[in-house]
Amino acid sequence: MCLAVPGKVLESYEVGPSRIAKVEFGGVTRQVYLDFVPEAEVGDYVLVHVGFAIGKIDAAEAKRTYELLEEMGAVLEAEEEQP
Amino acid sequence: MIPLVCPAPIHHRDTILLGHGSGGKLSAELLREVFLPAFANPVLARLEDQASLEIGGARLAFTTDSFVVKPLFFRGGDIGSLAVHGTINDLAVGGAIPEFLSAAFILEEGFPMADLQRIAVSMSLAATKAGVTIVTGDTKVVEHGSGDGVYINTAGIGRLRDGVRLSASFARPGDAVILSGSVGDHGIAILSQREGLELESDIASDSAALHTLVDVMFAAAGANAIRCMRDPTRGGVASTLNEIAEQSAVGIEIDECAISIHSAVRGACELLGLDPLYVANEGKLIAAVAPECAQALVAAMRCHPLGADAAVMGRVTAAHPGMVTMRTLFGTSRIVDMLAGDQLPRIC
Amino acid sequence: MKYLDEYRDAGVAKGIAQAIRARVTQPWVLMEICGGQTHTIMRYGLDEMLPPEIELVHGPGCPVCVAPLEIIDKALAIAARPGVIFVSYGDMLRVPGSHSDLFRVKAAGGDVRIAYSPMDAVKLARENPSRQVVFFGIGFETTAPANAMSVWQARREGLKNFSLLAAHVLVPPAMRAILASPVNRVQGLIAPGHVCTVVGTREYEDLSRDFHLPIVIGGFEPVDLLEAIRMLAVQLEEGRAEVENQYARSVSREGNLPAQTILQQVYEVSDQKWRGIGAIPMSGYKLRPEFAEYDAELVYGTEEISAQEPQECISALVLQGLKKPVDCAAFGSLCTPERPLGAPMVSSEGVCAAYYAYRRRVPEAVA
Repeated sequence: MCLAVPGKVLESYEVGPSRIAKVEFGGVTRQVYLDFVPEAEVGDYVLVHVGFAIGKIDAAEAKRTYELLEEMGAVLEAEEEQP
Repeated sequence: MIPLVCPAPIHHRDTILLGHGSGGKLSAELLREVFLPAFANPVLARLEDQASLEIGGARLAFTTDSFVVKPLFFRGGDIGSLAVHGTINDLAVGGAIPEFLSAAFILEEGFPMADLQRIAVSMSLAATKAGVTIVTGDTKVVEHGSGDGVYINTAGIGRLRDGVRLSASFARPGDAVILSGSVGDHGIAILSQREGLELESDIASDSAALHTLVDVMFAAAGANAIRCMRDPTRGGVASTLNEIAEQSAVGIEIDECAISIHSAVRGACELLGLDPLYVANEGKLIAAVAPECAQALVAAMRCHPLGADAAVMGRVTAAHPGMVTMRTLFGTSRIVDMLAGDQLPRIC
Repeated sequence: MKYLDEYRDAGVAKGIAQAIRARVTQPWVLMEICGGQTHTIMRYGLDEMLPPEIELVHGPGCPVCVAPLEIIDKALAIAARPGVIFVSYGDMLRVPGSHSDLFRVKAAGGDVRIAYSPMDAVKLARENPSRQVVFFGIGFETTAPANAMSVWQARREGLKNFSLLAAHVLVPPAMRAILASPVNRVQGLIAPGHVCTVVGTREYEDLSRDFHLPIVIGGFEPVDLLEAIRMLAVQLEEGRAEVENQYARSVSREGNLPAQTILQQVYEVSDQKWRGIGAIPMSGYKLRPEFAEYDAELVYGTEEISAQEPQECISALVLQGLKKPVDCAAFGSLCTPERPLGAPMVSSEGVCAAYYAYRRRVPEAVA
């Protein structure tokens, strides 16, 4: 459930009372409503579900935890390489 | 709006559903339950994409296809070029050299003449470029509201190459399975240009005539090394592989890492929750070939503009006959089933 | 694609799987709630990478599967009306009601359309003032804010031809019902990461405390789920029962406040029936009285219909994690995606459908 995809905010603008962003997903872009993430800025990554951003990706947190995960992968590789 | 296509049947089969046209299990059921019994004959029963015939000593291939695509004009082509390429491809993957096409039009009253001109010009260009001639045709007009602008049917005839016999029932354990290029381009190009979806991208349909690529393949591998070829159109690569697996009573195992996909196609699939294996192609082919020729074939294909991303995508096995599996990026295994009808975008 | 590709990295995934294998010393039963998480597990064969001590059971996190039969029948009744444009997410189109489904209604002449976003339906209403547009708003707390925005926007524009048929379900009450059952086997829970992106983690802290249950908020990519499983395994081996957040790049404790605000303004919590499980108090959303003119149930006056689930379908047991799809006598024979008997076989990410599509006849496990 809850297919939500991370995308990069390329630009944002107001249309009436709504704030809308042009968000890039891989090689496609789509308009996304920023009503729930009004603080999103160009360059930020947002999580998009049914045309709405539901959250902003915390880049620093992602980096920090991913480095720990990569270490686990590296440990395994090292073990596998041992004779 | 996202185009409505039927993903699955329900209990009763007293009416035609959209899924009957999707190339999946429902389409197969329609063939089995309505058309095969009605038209019973051994050529049809082989269920190839084209019929191989002998008339007065000449070995011919004959095929037909109808085109109902919306929108009519899209990046990478239009309903006309699609109609020409689609029928050429059905002949080519059957081991025939395409020669002549027919083109029949069902036009809706009120359809703009300028659009029809555009389609006709497009078909002419596609046919000329491919070296085939449109030699006969027909036109009918239906009342406004009874059609979708224009429907096109093309039929094609070609000479079977000497010594070549291909069939989806000829794949055997040990064969290599080759895919000529990236998956999902056509289906996503169409979807992204339909009104309401508002996906911006430069994805273009891969619609193309494959017969010169097939020429290269026969030159590289010889007549006996290729068991069968198919162009994976509606229903995607997954449906075509399942058809081959079933008709040859073999298993097929493919490698996720060998499947190439353009990043924009991938982005669109992620956003809509679509599996690219089930998305339509219009300029790709799958071939089951003798394993010792696979590398040479792929190398030759890569020298042709339509085969630049050709790769061995998997192998035919004796295990799990009739079933297609995929070795994931993680080395685990999943089944690649045939869908009942069309794949639907999802939010869950 | 950034924030997707790296969470599908095979090397990292295998490293986590190895870390799990090295850590577990006894059997544990873990449940992932969300259908999307089930889909990932089946699609990537993650269960093949886990040690045999870890048993994964699947929860009721498929709003498509659990939408009550009555609401489907109401949807079908409304969609069949002339003058109505019935708009739905793709997921709902093949869900069988008592006698039909939205595709059959379309085949019989109903104007049924798929949308990716609820705002597409609002646009349709704006552009077709002579037609009535009804949007089928299903989903968990993840989708509820967006569905609410359709009503909010319709009111802002003064549209008179738009309404929402709402069928929202809330995760924590269903989890309480499952965990409180005397036959519950779940020892650790992977909480739904996108639901928590919206609502935060507080309700899961309550669950964890009340049931002394380790809970890890998990994402949806294979690396996310393997890591969530690893974190649960560590908690269980260490005898802890806390809430930990694996999906911290998206989930904060407070969640998304603007989204929560719209939820409070547009909806009120209500009792809700879950298909295959039954009625669970205070487990759904319905539109507040001030939005009555946008409430399709009121606009169309669809009356209560009671419905019988087929006898062979054991979805209630499957959705509570007590049985697996393969335990069901009807699985793959009487009940297939083409002829589903029950809810979990219907949705593209329902657990039975996931098992059927990816793992029907289990191929040899790859080492």
